[in-house]
Amino acid sequence: MEIPYTVETRPDTGLNNVKIGIWLFLASEVMLFGSLFASYILLRIGSPAWPAGEDYLDIPLAAVNTAVLIISSVTMVMGWASLMRKKLNTYRLYMGATILCGLIFMVIKYFEYSDKFHHGYYPSTNTFLAIYFTMTGLHAAHVLGGSAVNAYLLGPGTKLWKKNPQMFINRVESAGLFWHLVDLIWIFLFPVLYLL
Amino acid sequence: MSHGAHEIDVDKHVRSYIGVLLALLALTVLTVYAWYLQLPKVLGTVVGLIIACVKGSLVAMFFMHLIDERKLIYWVLVFTVVFFIALLLLPLFGLSDQVQI
Amino acid sequence: MAEQHEHHEELSFLRKYVFSTDHKVIGIQYAITALIFLFFGFCLMLLMRWQLAYPEQALPIIGSLLGETRMPGGVMLPDFYNQLGAMHGTIMVFMGVVPLAVGAFGNFVVPLQIGAPDMAFPRLNMASYHFFWAGGLVMVLSFFAPGGAASSGWTSYPPLADIATTGQTWWLIGMVLLITSSLFGAINFITTIIQLRAPGLTFFRLPFFVWSQFVTAFLLLLAFPPLEGAGILQLMDRLAGTSFFLPSGLVISGQPLAATGGGSPILWQHLFWFLAHPEVYVLILPAMGIVAEVVANNTRKPLWGYRSMVYAVLFLGFCSFVVWAHHMYITGMGTVVAAFFQATTMIISIPSVVILTALLLSLWGGSIRFNTPMLFALAFLPMFGIGGLTGLPLGLTTTDIPLHDTYYVIGHFHYVVAPGTIFGLFAGIYYWFPKVTGRRMSEFLGKLHFWPSFIFMNGIFFPMLIQGMAGVSRRLYDGGTIYAHAQDVLPLNAMMSWSAWLLALAQIPFIINFFVSIRKGKEVSDNPWQATTLEWAAPSPPPHGNFETLPTVYRGPYEYSIPDQDTDYLPQHQPAEA
Repeated sequence: MEIPYTVETRPDTGLNNVKIGIWLFLASEVMLFGSLFASYILLRIGSPAWPAGEDYLDIPLAAVNTAVLIISSVTMVMGWASLMRKKLNTYRLYMGATILCGLIFMVIKYFEYSDKFHHGYYPSTNTFLAIYFTMTGLHAAHVLGGSAVNAYLLGPGTKLWKKNPQMFINRVESAGLFWHLVDLIWIFLFPVLYLL
Repeated sequence: MSHGAHEIDVDKHVRSYIGVLLALLALTVLTVYAWYLQLPKVLGTVVGLIIACVKGSLVAMFFMHLIDERKLIYWVLVFTVVFFIALLLLPLFGLSDQVQI
Repeated sequence: MAEQHEHHEELSFLRKYVFSTDHKVIGIQYAITALIFLFFGFCLMLLMRWQLAYPEQALPIIGSLLGETRMPGGVMLPDFYNQLGAMHGTIMVFMGVVPLAVGAFGNFVVPLQIGAPDMAFPRLNMASYHFFWAGGLVMVLSFFAPGGAASSGWTSYPPLADIATTGQTWWLIGMVLLITSSLFGAINFITTIIQLRAPGLTFFRLPFFVWSQFVTAFLLLLAFPPLEGAGILQLMDRLAGTSFFLPSGLVISGQPLAATGGGSPILWQHLFWFLAHPEVYVLILPAMGIVAEVVANNTRKPLWGYRSMVYAVLFLGFCSFVVWAHHMYITGMGTVVAAFFQATTMIISIPSVVILTALLLSLWGGSIRFNTPMLFALAFLPMFGIGGLTGLPLGLTTTDIPLHDTYYVIGHFHYVVAPGTIFGLFAGIYYWFPKVTGRRMSEFLGKLHFWPSFIFMNGIFFPMLIQGMAGVSRRLYDGGTIYAHAQDVLPLNAMMSWSAWLLALAQIPFIINFFVSIRKGKEVSDNPWQATTLEWAAPSPPPHGNFETLPTVYRGPYEYSIPDQDTDYLPQHQPAEA
C-alpha cells in the first residue's frame, strides 16, 4: 500500500505531503515562540524597571553568534541547491559546514552561559535573566534538534539519495526550512534580549 | 523532476543566496551600530525591530522560498500570523486597561 | 471480491497491535485508552460526589482502601478532594474526550471518509498515540507522588500552582507529552485532508464530520503551543526558581515567599485560556460532526444548509482565538477590554446557533429512524442547546461577575461536554461500530443505555445551575454546608450524587453491549445504515489500505431521498446512471 503524494506533488495543491507537514509544524513553532515573546513583552511592560541587555549580556559574542547562524542558513540552502544540481559531494561539504556552524553556535552559547553562572547570574536572579535563559535555552534546544536531523541527513540518511533522490531532496529541504526558522527566531531574539 | 510547470532555476536561487547573505551580515552590523549609538529608548526599539523584521523577511522570502510558494502555504501562514498578533497584542490591551485596586 | 495482488507480509503481534501504523488500529488504540481514561475520570468524580452529598462521613469499603494520606478512616481529606477535582478536569478534557473525539474517531473515520488508504504520515500517527498514553500515564502516576497529584484545578492557576506539591510538576510534564501528541495528530489530520482526498472529492463534497475535524486540527495546531510555552514557564518557576507568575510581596502562611517576584499571574491566565477557549471547540466540533452524519443518515434527508454549516464552522474556528479573556472578567479587567471580549463572545455564539439550527431544521419533514445512534444524536441537540444558552450570561460581565466560579459555571460547561459532546461520541460509537467490527451493537441494550443516561445526566447538571444561581462556589470541599446562602439548595447535593452513581450504573449496559457485540453482535453488510459517505464503500472491517479499489466521488455527501431513484440514497462513489 502506497500513500499518495509523499514525494510527487498533488496537482491541485501543487505540494507534496512533507512540504505541508513541515510548514504546519513551523506554524506551531511560531506560536510556541510567540507565546514566549508575548510573555516577554507583558512582563517587561508590567515591571517598574527593566535592566538593559548590556548590564548582563555579552553583545559582541551574541553578534558573532548571529553571523554564525546566518552563515549556516546559507550553507544549508547551498546544500539543497547542490542536490538540485545532482552534486552529492558538494552537498556533503555544505551540510558538514551547516552542522559545524550549529556546533560553533552551541560552543559560544556554552561560554555565554558559564560566564553568567560564574558571575552568579541565574534564572532565579531576576525576571530579565529568567526570560533570557528560558528563551535562549529553548532556542538552543532547537539548534541541537536541528543539528541532529542535519547530522542524520549527512550520515545514514544519504543512502536514500541512490534509491529515491527526489525524496532525499525533499527531506533536506524540510530540514532546511526548520533550520531557517531557528535562524529567524534568533534574528529576533538577538535584538530583543541583547540590544533593546 | 515531477515539478511540472513549477521548474526551479537553481542558478537564480544561488545568486540570490549570496546577495541575501551579504545583506543579512550588513544589517547585523547595522543593528549593533544602532545600539552603539544609544538612541533614545523608543526610537532605538523601533529601529531595532524594523531591522529585525527586514532580516526576518529576507530569511523567510529567500531561504525559505516564500517569495515563490503555493497559495495554500500562504493561507496557513496568514492565519498563523493573525493569531500570533492576537496573542501578542490582546494581553497588552488587557494590561493597558486594568482596574486599579 | 477483487483479487489482491499486493504483497502482504504477515506482521508480528507487536507490529500489528502495539506499534501499528495503520490508522484504523491507532484509532482503536486511541478509543480504548480514551474510554478507560474517561471511566477513570468519572470514578474520581463519583468519589467527590460522596464528599459533597455526605460531607465528612466515612465512605464505606472504598474509602478505607484509599489509604491514610487520602481518606483516613474513610473520610476524605480536603487535599485529596482538591486533587480529585483537578485531575477529574484534566483527565476528562485532555485524556478522555479529546483523544476519543479526535484521536479515535478522527483517525478511524477521516481517512475512510475521504477515500484515502491511510493517514499522510503513518509513523507520526503512531508516535502521536504513544506520546498520548505516556502523558496519560504520567498524570495517573502523579497520584503516588509525594503530596499527591496536582491540586490546583485543571486550569493550574498560579501562584497556587507555582507553590503546590510535586504533583504539579508531573502534571506539567504530562501536559507537555499530551500537547506533543496533539500537535503530531493535528499536522497529520490537516495534511491528510488537504492531500489525500479521493478523485472528485472537492472540499464542498466533504462530509461535515471531516470539516469539523479539519477545523479542530487547526485549533490544536495553533492554540496548543502557547500552553506548551506557558507550561515551560511554569516548570521554570517550579524547578529553576524563576518568578514568571509570582507577583512581588507574596506571603504564604505568614511567611514571605523567597522568590524575586515581579511576575504576573494574569500572564498564565492569558496563555492558558488562549489554548483553553479554542479547546472548548475542540471538544464540541467533532461531536457536532458526528451528530451531523447521524442526523442526515437517519432522517434520510440532505442536511439542511450544508454550506452555511461549513462557513459557520470555519468562522467559529477563526473567532475562537479572540474570545479567550471572557474567562478573565474578574481579574480586574477594565470596561474597554471587557467590551471587546463581550462583543467577540456574542459574535461567536452566532455560528454555533447556525449549526444547531441547521441540524434542528434537518429533522423537519424527515421520516426519522429512531435507532440508538439517532437517539443520542437527537439528545445532543437540546442538551447542547442548554449548554450554549447558559453560556451567554457568562459571556457578559454584569451577569458573569456574580456567577463566576459558582456551580452555574460547572453546570453550563458540563451541559456542553457531558450530555453534549459525550452523547455525540456515544452516537458515533453506535454508528461506526459496524464499520469497525462488521457487527452491530444490540439495539435493546443501546436503548437501556440511552434513556437512563439521558435522565441522570440532567439529574446531575440541572441542579448545578440552580445551586450556582444561589451563589454556591464551585470549589467548596463540603458542598457549601457552612454557608447560610447555600442552605436552601443543599438538599440538591444528595440528588446530584445519586444521579451520578445511577449514571455509572447506566453505563453497564453499554459496557456489556460493547464487549459482547465485538464477538457476538449481529453480522451486517458493509453499509448497514444505507449511508452515502465513502467509509461505507470499504469492507467492514476495512483491510489494511482500506479500499479494494480507490473510490471516485461523483456527488455531495448527503444525497438522500432523491426523486426518481430506486433507493432512497445515492452513495458518493456511485456513478450516475446513464
